[in-house]
Amino acid sequence: MHRIGVFVCHCGTNIAGTVDVKAVAEALGKEPGVVSSVEYQYMCSEAGQTLIKDAIKNLKLTGVVICSCSPRMHETTFRRTAAAAGINPYMVEIANIREQCSWIHKDKATATEKAIILGRTAIAKVTLNTPLTSMESPVTKRALVIGGGIAGIQTALDIAEAGFEVDIVEKNSTIGGKMTQIDKTFPTLDCAACILTPKMVDCAQNEKINIYSYSEVESVSGFVGNFTAKIKKKARYVDAAKCTGCGVCTEKCPMKNVPNEFNLGMNNRRAIYIPFAQAVPKVATIDADYCNMLKKGKCGVCAKVCTAGAIDYKQQDEYVEREYGAIVAATGYNPISLENYDEFAYSQSKDVITSLEFERLTNAAGPTSGQLLRPSDGQHPHTIVFVQCVGSRDTSGCGKPYCSKICCMYTAKHAMLTRDKYPDTDVYVFYIDVRTPGKNFDEFYRRAVEEYGVHYIKGMVGKVSPRADGKLMVQASDLIANEQLHIEADLVVLAAAIEPDKSARSVATMLTASMDTNDFFTEAHPKLRPVESPTAGVFLSGVCQGPKDIPETVAQASACAAKVIGLLAKDKLTCNPCVAHSNENLCNGCSACEKVCPYGAITYSDKEFRMPDRTVAIRRVALVNPAVCQGCGACTVACPSGAMDLFGFSNKQIMAEVDAICK
Amino acid sequence: MQVNENKEFRPLIVAFCCNWCSYAGADLAGTNRMNYPADVKIIRVPCSCRVNPMFILRAFQRGADGVIMCGCHPGDCHYTSGNYFARRRMTLLFSMLDFLGIEKERTRVEWVSAAEGAKFAATMNEFVETVTKLGENKRLEDLRCKKQ
Amino acid sequence: MQEAVINRAKELLADGTVNRVAGWKTGEFSFDTTPAVFTSAEELDADFVYNDFCAPNLSKYLVKESRKEGKLLVFLKPCDTYSFNQLVKEHRILRENVYVIGVECTGKVDAETVKLKGIKGITSMESDGENVTIHTLYGNKVLPKSETLGTKCATCKSKKHVAYDELIGNDGEVDEESKRFEVVEKLEAMTPDERYEFWRGELSRCIRCNACRNVCPACTCESCVFDNPDSGIAQKAAADSFEENMFHIIRAFHVTGRCTDCGECTRVCPQNIPLHLLNRKYIKDINKFYGDFQAGADTISKAPLNDYTFGDCEPSIVYSRGGNE
Repeated sequence: MHRIGVFVCHCGTNIAGTVDVKAVAEALGKEPGVVSSVEYQYMCSEAGQTLIKDAIKNLKLTGVVICSCSPRMHETTFRRTAAAAGINPYMVEIANIREQCSWIHKDKATATEKAIILGRTAIAKVTLNTPLTSMESPVTKRALVIGGGIAGIQTALDIAEAGFEVDIVEKNSTIGGKMTQIDKTFPTLDCAACILTPKMVDCAQNEKINIYSYSEVESVSGFVGNFTAKIKKKARYVDAAKCTGCGVCTEKCPMKNVPNEFNLGMNNRRAIYIPFAQAVPKVATIDADYCNMLKKGKCGVCAKVCTAGAIDYKQQDEYVEREYGAIVAATGYNPISLENYDEFAYSQSKDVITSLEFERLTNAAGPTSGQLLRPSDGQHPHTIVFVQCVGSRDTSGCGKPYCSKICCMYTAKHAMLTRDKYPDTDVYVFYIDVRTPGKNFDEFYRRAVEEYGVHYIKGMVGKVSPRADGKLMVQASDLIANEQLHIEADLVVLAAAIEPDKSARSVATMLTASMDTNDFFTEAHPKLRPVESPTAGVFLSGVCQGPKDIPETVAQASACAAKVIGLLAKDKLTCNPCVAHSNENLCNGCSACEKVCPYGAITYSDKEFRMPDRTVAIRRVALVNPAVCQGCGACTVACPSGAMDLFGFSNKQIMAEVDAICK
Repeated sequence: MQVNENKEFRPLIVAFCCNWCSYAGADLAGTNRMNYPADVKIIRVPCSCRVNPMFILRAFQRGADGVIMCGCHPGDCHYTSGNYFARRRMTLLFSMLDFLGIEKERTRVEWVSAAEGAKFAATMNEFVETVTKLGENKRLEDLRCKKQ
Repeated sequence: MQEAVINRAKELLADGTVNRVAGWKTGEFSFDTTPAVFTSAEELDADFVYNDFCAPNLSKYLVKESRKEGKLLVFLKPCDTYSFNQLVKEHRILRENVYVIGVECTGKVDAETVKLKGIKGITSMESDGENVTIHTLYGNKVLPKSETLGTKCATCKSKKHVAYDELIGNDGEVDEESKRFEVVEKLEAMTPDERYEFWRGELSRCIRCNACRNVCPACTCESCVFDNPDSGIAQKAAADSFEENMFHIIRAFHVTGRCTDCGECTRVCPQNIPLHLLNRKYIKDINKFYGDFQAGADTISKAPLNDYTFGDCEPSIVYSRGGNE
């Protein structure tokens, strides 16, 4: 027989102000199975919890109903309370009479009546609750970091620092990511390479870190603590173990006209290349799209000049399978393609460039060796126009609806550095808003305006037209002066919006992690769990979760590492016990449940059954792996025979709730 | 169609809300003190794909005047694909109810994210208004009409 | 035809390919055939029939029969092969234990159709393939066979066998012009009130005899939800009418995407309720919303309810469309 205790919380006046809590307690006390029904000021307080614990012990309660705030707020609290008093924590149900009652209704009688119905519903459910025990599963003490940019590097270093092994999978031939292409960093203006490359070297030298460069994650199976990832090591046609990174091959290769992606195609590299001097690992890679030996079987120069004998034209993609306890997505970003923004003449003029291209133009290792020269004629530009929000905050459909966050600051940096190095240059910045929240950010922007004399103009550029003499006519509106501007510019720099890397979606699918409509990974909670994905064991680092600058990325990367370390430090994990289970006596073995399971938690086996007529029948039945099941319940509806049910949200329980509401 | 002229009529609305988005959206509506009628009673389910058509039919048969199911927006499901299955199931179920001559406005699916407290409240207000206009649900309470 | 069928069955029994034969035998009346399992040539000679009255779909019986010792021979009409495939797909029939012979079908005569023509006191019927001679207490009548077909045969969707080990007679084609959705369309065109009246008239006659469920090849659950106390819907207590009221809607939903439209439910209903219309409505909706799908046409495709696309229509399509199309 059930012995249910009902506890009605006043929540100060939050509930008691609109709901007659005494009447609720009294009415619920009359429900069948209820042996005690009381109200109290704050049930979640120490005293309130003691009240519940004492009642459980003294009245030998078998189930507890708490009429209070949302279960999303205090379900865990009250489950712990129940467990502390010696009953199963899953014998607790919460009636949400605050968020879904007292806070939305004004009339006391109506709210009280509804609170009673909600309480009655919880009582109906709790009488059908069963004690649930959480399963335990082991944890593989190794982490996988997908993406080797500054986010992935920082996460990996921190995890390794705590003593756990980490693998970084980077799709390019070197780690380092976008930060390698950046010249200086705001607001301190230190050189990006100088602060990044030591970290890259640390990664390479750390015993706990294993870098799979030029590799991609092919598939992921398993669940938190027990993932298995298949990693594809793409053929780079160079034996990484033998290559010394001397670079002779990259100088001798006769294929000289391969666009150099590191400099965004503004100069060329060879078919065999090392992206840049500080690459990690410093190993040459052959670009199969351009190599004559691989395409036509003729050439072989690199093999001839390689004294280490590292060139291997017959190298094949290689696959490794490894087990991981945690997986970090650090897939990063790219500037958007500007093909939809023809008004800025990006595809018509070489002198209309993106901000990332501007970084390369000012970088000593860039195509101009750090001289700011026009890409078209190599002349020094005297008038530069920066256009912000190109594709950001664009709800027209061709750009991105969100703010890319980093553009205001790097544009201020570009403008300031230009004025610093070339004081004879006129610099205009067109902006919608200047957004500079961040430590020393606004000061930085003001210096650009006040000390360096950058012309900041609020307004959008309407059109950029290349003129025959090589000048760029910039038409813009100055919203504050309310006038149209026509500027003869030598160089136009577009602050292109950033978007998640294209590989992010397939990574998300593999990890069964959710994404928003912009393909940014969704965090488990936007405020309180910002570095975890809703999928247990999958963590988020860097821009793959949302636009961020470097300090923020590094902070998030370390936070992410802390979460990973917290997970890997455990020997065992407790699973959510509210999972699906199949009644094998009812199971048809039809596979409907398996087809809708997003986690691959359901398997089948042939089982012997003793039939009523004493014969033995072999039937195919479903089996749920409770460590893999996340408890969505898709299978319970797909199952035609009702064999599949969900602990904590069983068919009977939900039916009882329906009945209680409709009574 | 039978229209209940009685001003006193208050509909009984059962709302199935997924734990991750819509239930949180309902909580947010509460936190922001957005009003919607007390006629709406919410049942928490882990995911919209947990909602068995039987639950909906049961609610109608037990006297609910309207049933609404809320889930994460397509693409945002906590379990990645649950709401896609739910969407197909509900589309077919609602079409069938319509085929049987049940007023189609009594059933509804709405995608409400955890951030859309205002949408949750607005949806409920509108749904209650629609169902109130329809009046009492008689048809689904007893499809086979043994009572009459 | 019958002779060829019996002879082949005897051969397969004799050479040990199979140890049992599933087919039809005559029931109480000559026009009322019933499924039967035969184990010897003698039994076949004595009782086996295959004629224009062999409407029953034998697929469902294979769920149990294919799990017994030895291989079984079964004769399947084209529409039955769809049910067969569907059950193989759902792992309900063990394909390796069944030897399927597809038999040609030109539509089956249904006594109910004849009765609806006002012919009473039928004692027996025979068919020559063109015409059906009806012997009644009040004399004989002759009707063209086409006027005596059961609902399922009058709106036949396919005369093509989709699964068989061998064929006796000719294989036909899928009837792309089938008018099987005509009545559903007629109902869709009605007002909701008219539709409600229609269904109330039909469903209120239901006596919950479970014949539809028992004959349905999609209803092969080990235990039906209506018989399972944990499902929360089975309530044998008279006080609860949920099961009573919602039986047909729930049953139709449970077989959605799995129903091959074999029409057995309507054929066996003692109250002549056109239950197949519920299933056809679902089939029509699935075809329209998610693309053409024929359950049982193959053994690999994903059932529409176990599948999705990102761009599927929203449930609100039910409100926005005009009428119930």
